[in-house]
Amino acid sequence: MEFLSYFGGVFEPLAFALLVGGTIGGLILGATPGLSPTMAVALLIPFTFHLSATQGLILLGAAYTSTVAGGAVSAILLKIPGAPANIATALDGHAMAKKGEGARALHLSFLSSGIGGVIGVLLLIFLTPLLAQWALAFGPSHLFWLAILGVTVIGSLDSKSFVKGLLAGCIGLWLSMIGYDDIQGAQRFIFHDALAGGIHIIAALIGIFAIPQVLDMFAKGRSKAKIEAVDVPQHAFSASAKEMGRSGRPLTIGTIIGSIVGLIPGIGGQIAGLVAYDQAKKFSPHKDKFGTGHPEGLIAAESANNAMVGPSLVPLLTLSIPGSPTAAVLLGGLLIHGIFPGSDIFERNPEVIWTFINSMLIGQIFMVIFGIVIAKQAAKIAQAPLPIMASAVLVLALFGSYSVQQSMGDVWIMLSLGLGMYFLEKFGFSAAPVVLGLILGPIAESNFVQGSLIAGAQFDGPWAQAQYFTTGTLNIVLIALVILSIGYSFLSHRASGRAAVNVEGVQA
Amino acid sequence: MKTMIKALGVSLAAATMAFAVPASAEEYPSRPIGVAVSYGAGGATDFQARIVTMVAGNEDMLGQPIYILNKPGAGGRVGWNWFAEEAEADGYTMSAYNVPHFIAQSIKGGVKYSVDSFEPIANWGADPAVVVVGKDSPYNTIQEMVDFAKENPGKVTLSGAGLFVGHHIAALQIQKETGAKFVYIPTKGGGAAAMKAVIAGDVVGGINNLSDAFRAAEAGNVKILAVADLERNDFLPDVPTLKESGYDVDNASVNFRGLMVPKGTPQDVIDALAAKVPGMFEHARVVKRMKAGGSPLHVMNREEVQAMWAKRQETLAELLKDL
Repeated sequence: MEFLSYFGGVFEPLAFALLVGGTIGGLILGATPGLSPTMAVALLIPFTFHLSATQGLILLGAAYTSTVAGGAVSAILLKIPGAPANIATALDGHAMAKKGEGARALHLSFLSSGIGGVIGVLLLIFLTPLLAQWALAFGPSHLFWLAILGVTVIGSLDSKSFVKGLLAGCIGLWLSMIGYDDIQGAQRFIFHDALAGGIHIIAALIGIFAIPQVLDMFAKGRSKAKIEAVDVPQHAFSASAKEMGRSGRPLTIGTIIGSIVGLIPGIGGQIAGLVAYDQAKKFSPHKDKFGTGHPEGLIAAESANNAMVGPSLVPLLTLSIPGSPTAAVLLGGLLIHGIFPGSDIFERNPEVIWTFINSMLIGQIFMVIFGIVIAKQAAKIAQAPLPIMASAVLVLALFGSYSVQQSMGDVWIMLSLGLGMYFLEKFGFSAAPVVLGLILGPIAESNFVQGSLIAGAQFDGPWAQAQYFTTGTLNIVLIALVILSIGYSFLSHRASGRAAVNVEGVQA
Repeated sequence: MKTMIKALGVSLAAATMAFAVPASAEEYPSRPIGVAVSYGAGGATDFQARIVTMVAGNEDMLGQPIYILNKPGAGGRVGWNWFAEEAEADGYTMSAYNVPHFIAQSIKGGVKYSVDSFEPIANWGADPAVVVVGKDSPYNTIQEMVDFAKENPGKVTLSGAGLFVGHHIAALQIQKETGAKFVYIPTKGGGAAAMKAVIAGDVVGGINNLSDAFRAAEAGNVKILAVADLERNDFLPDVPTLKESGYDVDNASVNFRGLMVPKGTPQDVIDALAAKVPGMFEHARVVKRMKAGGSPLHVMNREEVQAMWAKRQETLAELLKDL
């Protein structure tokens, strides 16, 4: 309970102002397409030069938490996920916004972010020494199987057809191979300089999600009947709060998955939302409603991506190993103030670290409050006429993809992927598996190659690799999960196979 | 609000464009100067570049602020390709260099630059590579590890931050000098991922940055066996250099960081920068911040950097020729 005695530090005038400012600023930055949490935190580091260590960390912590949640705003209202963490949010969230339920979606999203976030930070407070060992348990072979487990999700994610889901996933995996291979130094599919660094995930996200939508809106804009604005009914916050109370299952699934995935260095928060979404779908009695604007998916995804924030700091604070790209930037923020992470950090710098963690706890609450305040206004975006909406999204997509690394190459990549995705969608493929393939490809590949190199040194004989990847409890558990996941997808799709064929027949 | 932020960004960009008037040497610099960093925001190079350029706007320094442009990708190749091919040689675009990275990459080919494509201005940092093992490792000296590797070729795995970076060069040098065969495991995700592999026991040992290894050793997670530099380091007075340990390995793997401009930049601009920039790196506030972050500061002027580049080019061409 040591942390309670440091709550005072959070309410010192400047610290408190930074917390509030960081939260509001973080929400805005997070809602801006192309500005990922990593970038937002990196941009703020120079400002912390002029602050004390505690104040600087409060600012960075507040920005980290609220940018992750802010990403939900553009994911829901514009179907542009601000960061990989918000992909799953876009799936059902945007469908809700299109039905005029944008305010409800935003309320639920901020509430589940807040609840997941608070639980994640509590884990950080109470279980850090225990969890630190967990974070180290995952070596290359385990990360490889985890990535494969993620790949098995592809088939069932947001797709009417199992086969098309897998095919789309393969396209994503192929896209992830473009560029210089970091481990063996090979140049792959580099036909143009812009591709040398590979396809940047943020540029790809914007293109794949936003551009097909823009093209659709322009196409519809010609017929008068469809230009009419969506009616946005007022949505009482009390109704949303009650709904949260009834959504225990997706919230629990999301929080648990987010906390576990956040802890594993190297996987980070990128896939927490997607895995939680998939699990919530598998455990839900309303599987068929997912993807059509069903709040359960949204709640699972958003609680997962904020629950991940607290645990992702465990390996950072105790072992100096950042669990996610954003945590890596935070490490820079710690070092610049002379705070060296290590297992005794809580004894060496108690005021700084506890005040920082407490501020993240209070920051979650501010985030929910400010999020709810903007939800009502922001939801009116859905009322904008289609042609105006389409132009606005297009402009945001162009600026967003350029701002990632100030490169026109990324803009062209964004547009080409978007155009490609538009045609793929016409043939019944969906965007989420492509993006998941793009995220998981490099994780699976680099860990497989590293694991193989290590296996060659650890074991003898032709079966060295097989031995390395399949022995040990954790490997066996993960392999069992992979088999279960494949079996489940296969069986459930066989059962609903006929129905799916019918649905597609109608659409065609 | 979103559009407001974007609009602000656009007007800022437009503002910098609008001031792009040809400047004579007397008034250089007359507008803010960009520094391209070939690694992502928040990485060690980016982080240090932001610190060492923070006083550029002072009247007694350049008198104009420096802003950082991140152009990450392909281990730095994307940024340096861009800098060699597209950056304007007018002194308003500089780039951070990492030696031996860019020199080793240019020797291996497939990139559009070499040491002759750039003009160095000054060096700000030098981070030597060190050999680390986990805290429970049976090895307490570099000799024990090398001897084991000699008896068991291909059994000792060493993690490092990637290919043709300082860590890789150090591993190659140790291998060449001792005749032992190591398995170098490049990690995706830089030095932090390579350090994690050592702490978690995924690999036998690793080559890592002195600054990161110092912190990990302080926290009791790793043992540092040797420093790949010519002299012992102030941070680690008790750790021997490889030379002292009996292996003839020089400082070719030390990660030097500094600023450069593209070839073709007017000589008076180069001279103006070369005169001012080393002083900027030695400013009291910069020194304080760098020290706090555990980042070793090592300021070298233009002539010293030119000599260092030429020497690296020679050593690396020799080391990498049979690879």
